[in-house]
Amino acid sequence: MANDGVLALTWNRVRLLKESPVGMIGAFLVLFWLFVAIFAPWIAPFDPNANNMDALIDPTPSAVNWLGTDNSGRDILSRIIWGSRTVFAVAPLAVLCAYAIGCMMGLMAGYYRGWVDDLVNRISDIVLSFPAIVLYIIVIMRFGASANNIILAVIFISSPQITRIVRGMTLELREREYVAAAKMRGESALYIMLVEILPNARGPLIVDACLRLGYTTIAIGVLGFLGLGLPPPDPDWGGMVKETYAMMSIYPHMSLFPAAAISSLVVGLSLLADGMREISIRD
Amino acid sequence: MSSNAAATLEPSVETRKAILELRNVSISYFVRAGELKVVPNISLTLYEGEALGLVGESGCGKSTVAFAIMKYLGGAGRITGGQILFEGRDMTKMSDEELRKLRGGRMAMVYQDPMSSLNPVIPVGKQLMEVPLIHSNVSEDEAYKRALQMLQEVNLPDPARIMTRYPHQLSGGQQQRVVIAMALMSEPSLLVMDEPTTGLDVTVEAAVLDLVAQLRQKHHSSIVFISHNLGTVVRICDRIGVMYAGELVEEGPIGEVFRDPRHPYTRGLLNCIPTLNADKRSRPLSAIPGQVPPILNRPPGCIFAPRCSDADGPRCTAAAIPTATYGGTGQHRVKCVRVAELPKHVRPTSTAVDTVANEFTTQPPILDLDHVKKTYHQAIGMFGGSGYDVHAVDDITLAARKSETLAIVGESGCGKSTLAKVLTGIELASGGKVTLAGKDIGNTAVEKRDSDTKRSIQMVFQNPESTLNPSHTIGYVMERAIKKLKQISGKEARVQVNDLLKTVNLPLEFAARKSRQLSGGQKQRVAIARALAGEPEMILADEPVSALDVSVQAAIINLLVEIQRKRGSTLLFISHDLSVVRYLADHVAVMYLGKVMEFGSVTDVFAPPYHPYTEALMSAVPIADPDVKQRRIILEGNIPSPQNRPKGCPFATRCPRKIGAICDDTPPPEQVSPAGHRIACHIPMAELATATQVVF
Repeated sequence: MANDGVLALTWNRVRLLKESPVGMIGAFLVLFWLFVAIFAPWIAPFDPNANNMDALIDPTPSAVNWLGTDNSGRDILSRIIWGSRTVFAVAPLAVLCAYAIGCMMGLMAGYYRGWVDDLVNRISDIVLSFPAIVLYIIVIMRFGASANNIILAVIFISSPQITRIVRGMTLELREREYVAAAKMRGESALYIMLVEILPNARGPLIVDACLRLGYTTIAIGVLGFLGLGLPPPDPDWGGMVKETYAMMSIYPHMSLFPAAAISSLVVGLSLLADGMREISIRD
Repeated sequence: MSSNAAATLEPSVETRKAILELRNVSISYFVRAGELKVVPNISLTLYEGEALGLVGESGCGKSTVAFAIMKYLGGAGRITGGQILFEGRDMTKMSDEELRKLRGGRMAMVYQDPMSSLNPVIPVGKQLMEVPLIHSNVSEDEAYKRALQMLQEVNLPDPARIMTRYPHQLSGGQQQRVVIAMALMSEPSLLVMDEPTTGLDVTVEAAVLDLVAQLRQKHHSSIVFISHNLGTVVRICDRIGVMYAGELVEEGPIGEVFRDPRHPYTRGLLNCIPTLNADKRSRPLSAIPGQVPPILNRPPGCIFAPRCSDADGPRCTAAAIPTATYGGTGQHRVKCVRVAELPKHVRPTSTAVDTVANEFTTQPPILDLDHVKKTYHQAIGMFGGSGYDVHAVDDITLAARKSETLAIVGESGCGKSTLAKVLTGIELASGGKVTLAGKDIGNTAVEKRDSDTKRSIQMVFQNPESTLNPSHTIGYVMERAIKKLKQISGKEARVQVNDLLKTVNLPLEFAARKSRQLSGGQKQRVAIARALAGEPEMILADEPVSALDVSVQAAIINLLVEIQRKRGSTLLFISHDLSVVRYLADHVAVMYLGKVMEFGSVTDVFAPPYHPYTEALMSAVPIADPDVKQRRIILEGNIPSPQNRPKGCPFATRCPRKIGAICDDTPPPEQVSPAGHRIACHIPMAELATATQVVF
């Protein structure tokens, strides 16, 4: 069916990625963190929440604690490794949900036009007129800090942006002759949107999804830093920075290592997006 | 006409001075996959004051050669060998600064799309003035004077006003005239024109071609004229070079090459063009089988051998073919081992008597259009309260009977595509009645049509690139069409996919392919198959071959004829190409500004009495035969915009046979001959009948 076609084509794209050095670096970084997240229990040298009071004497990196320990004597390496799980549990799911909603709204707005389009656009306008960080804070403050609520906030903030992209592409794709042909043989609107239009919008959407995963990773970090992330003691990269940044001048490693973890994943996703864009321009 | 200049303008070989000489030039593009040798080795000479036409199908390297002549190949392209001598100096060794002085000065280029050659945010006058300001160091006033004079020379009305206009305020034909004016501003000795009339309507194209021929005489520029249309080359050029897959396969004076083409590819090209004197009853068009080989996979020996019907085994495929001179003049060069032994080429001519299938006239029409109108309201202002109506289709009455082909022909903006949209139900008619097999469908949107109506009318679209969903396999496209149109299960539909592929002569393994793996012609075949899935009574074809190369076009036209003969379906064929219409149609309707100007059987329409517009259209068609005489009627001006169309006859503003105020004020009466030939004109039919044949 149409579905395996989409997958096959996407796989061909992925194989093309090896011709893009930038994309390969990105893919390597992302896959590295994915591997770390999946195998955290086996890789992490210590329990991420175990306090080693002896280490507090000298928390700097050592042969035992490779990246040092934090202000509570917990092994930073283990906490970063476990913290990657938070990101990979929350960000992809949140982006996926945002896409499900954004695509549907964008498809309907672009395909039906008229009042549906107006309504969707006005709602998007309202959401987009708030600074994202303010919206995050409002949502989390109102509903409390939990993984579910972070996902909700991401959906709320990202889906209007996705709607915009999908709507724009739908406006263009609905004029294609194959859409007219589908109408003439009596396909339903839902079929035309999902089977005729959406698959042809996938190129830019895949690129955007990569970037959006990066933004979401940052957002999760920021929320953690503001104390609105996952409740302690579970390790969370943003939270780790927050707990230790007061000691930046004496023990910079405590906040720099988790910050570097966030950056490397975000950079990896951006480079991957660049690589994807490169190969999508090619043919 | 102007083509006959070929005979008179040829000075003897010895006295001619070469302006441009390409010596063993090879051009490559460097892409990720490696080096693409687009043009492996080309040599050609252009003499002073001469026009050389380069023809060939898409992907044959014509434009690459043009850009190489300008030494402007872009980032990926490079001249990898040989010399390009322009006025005796080797351009491949020039610095960027020297080249910059040359381009736009001694040599100029006119591109296919005028809109992209003009800067949209600068008035055209200022853009024209730039040329002398940069190249000849003159004062602002002098530059203005020269620009104004040049606009006059390209026959633009009211040049002072045009000077202040921005490109988007001009029509396509006017834009192209401005581009030509700009190219001529510096009196270049070489003018490279890359498909300069391809995007224009035939009547506009004819006027631009005449202009080029005229200016050529006046300015003595040499021209390299690139086109896929052999007819336009005949009109402009003295010599022709036929390119195939990056090689110049035949070259010589127009007359010699057209009267006695020696290369099988040239012969193939000439055979597959429908002419104004042949139709489907007299002969099938002969398409060239196969397609241009991909650059990385070109055959050794003769590059055309795999598609050549005259190929002679290893002689053709073993080693590279040398270029041989043919005939007495020494100017006719052919890259074919059999150049001397092939018999003289005979153009297929129509042998059968011209009788139109009138046997269907007794049948009731399948499709009946009764005073059909389509009006769009163009809103002005925020709430759309004010505004004006655009009558895209205005009061059209036509009928098509079973198994016949009704062609609708007209230039862009005449409403032919809008009419198709109304028939498909994608747009609703604003007035009148559309009856398909007894059912009124004009006011039923496609979503609301019952399944039998959907099955019985299907469409083949214009653009092969957008007609198939790139995400789906061909098999899926067909299966889905069969399933929906025949109302059967997916399993049953899958079984029938193979039959459908066979109907359109495609190999069965294509079912697993995606559209991007197909060529343009193959995509159009799939599109035809998709339309046939429900065995419709009526097929709409909106310019189905206009985006295809001529050799492929012939194959698709043959397929349409064959399908129609086998299935007895009715074809409504929409086209701007009179030659194709002449070939394919049984009845023809000529449209102008939403109105039918003339309607009748194909023989009636293509013979006097003509409507003055039909007459002008026919005289504008470029014909690929220097021996065919064509009466020339030049239409002044442009098609009026539908919003302020003339009150009387829509054609009155451009009509060369206008008889007076009555044409401007009163809509013309529709005169009907006993045979059903309808002409909407104030001139009595008897007087129109005294016109001579346009093409003879």
